[in-house]
Amino acid sequence: MSQRSLRLEARIENLEAMLAFVAESAGKLGWLGERLPNIELAVEEAAVNVCNHAYPEGEGFIELSAGGSRDSFMVVINDAGIPFDILAAPEPDLTADITEREIGGLGCFLIRSLTDRVSYRREGERNILQLEFLREKGQEC
Amino acid sequence: MEILATRNDKGTIVAISGKMDAVTAPVYEQKLRELIDGGETVFVNDFSRLAYISSAGLRSILATAKILKPKQGTLMFCGLTGPVRDVFEISGFGSLFPLHPSPEAALKSIG
Repeated sequence: MSQRSLRLEARIENLEAMLAFVAESAGKLGWLGERLPNIELAVEEAAVNVCNHAYPEGEGFIELSAGGSRDSFMVVINDAGIPFDILAAPEPDLTADITEREIGGLGCFLIRSLTDRVSYRREGERNILQLEFLREKGQEC
Repeated sequence: MEILATRNDKGTIVAISGKMDAVTAPVYEQKLRELIDGGETVFVNDFSRLAYISSAGLRSILATAKILKPKQGTLMFCGLTGPVRDVFEISGFGSLFPLHPSPEAALKSIG
């Protein structure tokens, strides 16, 4: 199982580099097909959360690790920011109309919807978010 | 991301290509705000060349729709494909906004 990692300043300007890293890591493992946009989207949502909210007092890092196999691709995102559990974020009301619908809250919902397995843990001063994508039998990855 | 706005006698067609993500979504929102400030109220977003949208894109769309609502404006969409269509479905945006196969069909729907 090959594992690659990338550590950058947690800034939106670095988003493109993060997504390129994930796409390249996935591609090396044979994940080239229709799941790739889902993977990129879930990672973007998680990374944007870190960039926008993890370090309210200043700046910090974000570290992405990616690896797996043709059957399972895992991205682990960690930062040393304030604790934030995306799994605890409330579900958005998907049936509200334009006036009532709240702006925000969709990022965490998309991560949960697009990822086969997602887990969060706080380890010391670190947030560790693990996103796992599984290839279904017979499905192109 | 590229945005091309074309004024039509029934409304404005806004063709967006590339990616609508946390970096580019604010550009879309700003552009639409300028058009709304200029008096436009009927928009067809042509997403046939949009490859990707994230929640930041959805937020910009919703923020734009909230500005248009009290002006009795309309925000319509056409040409959604692949991942963009998936995100619209998952997020419920597919039932929040009118979706059409083409810009012509969208403009026709308003009579």
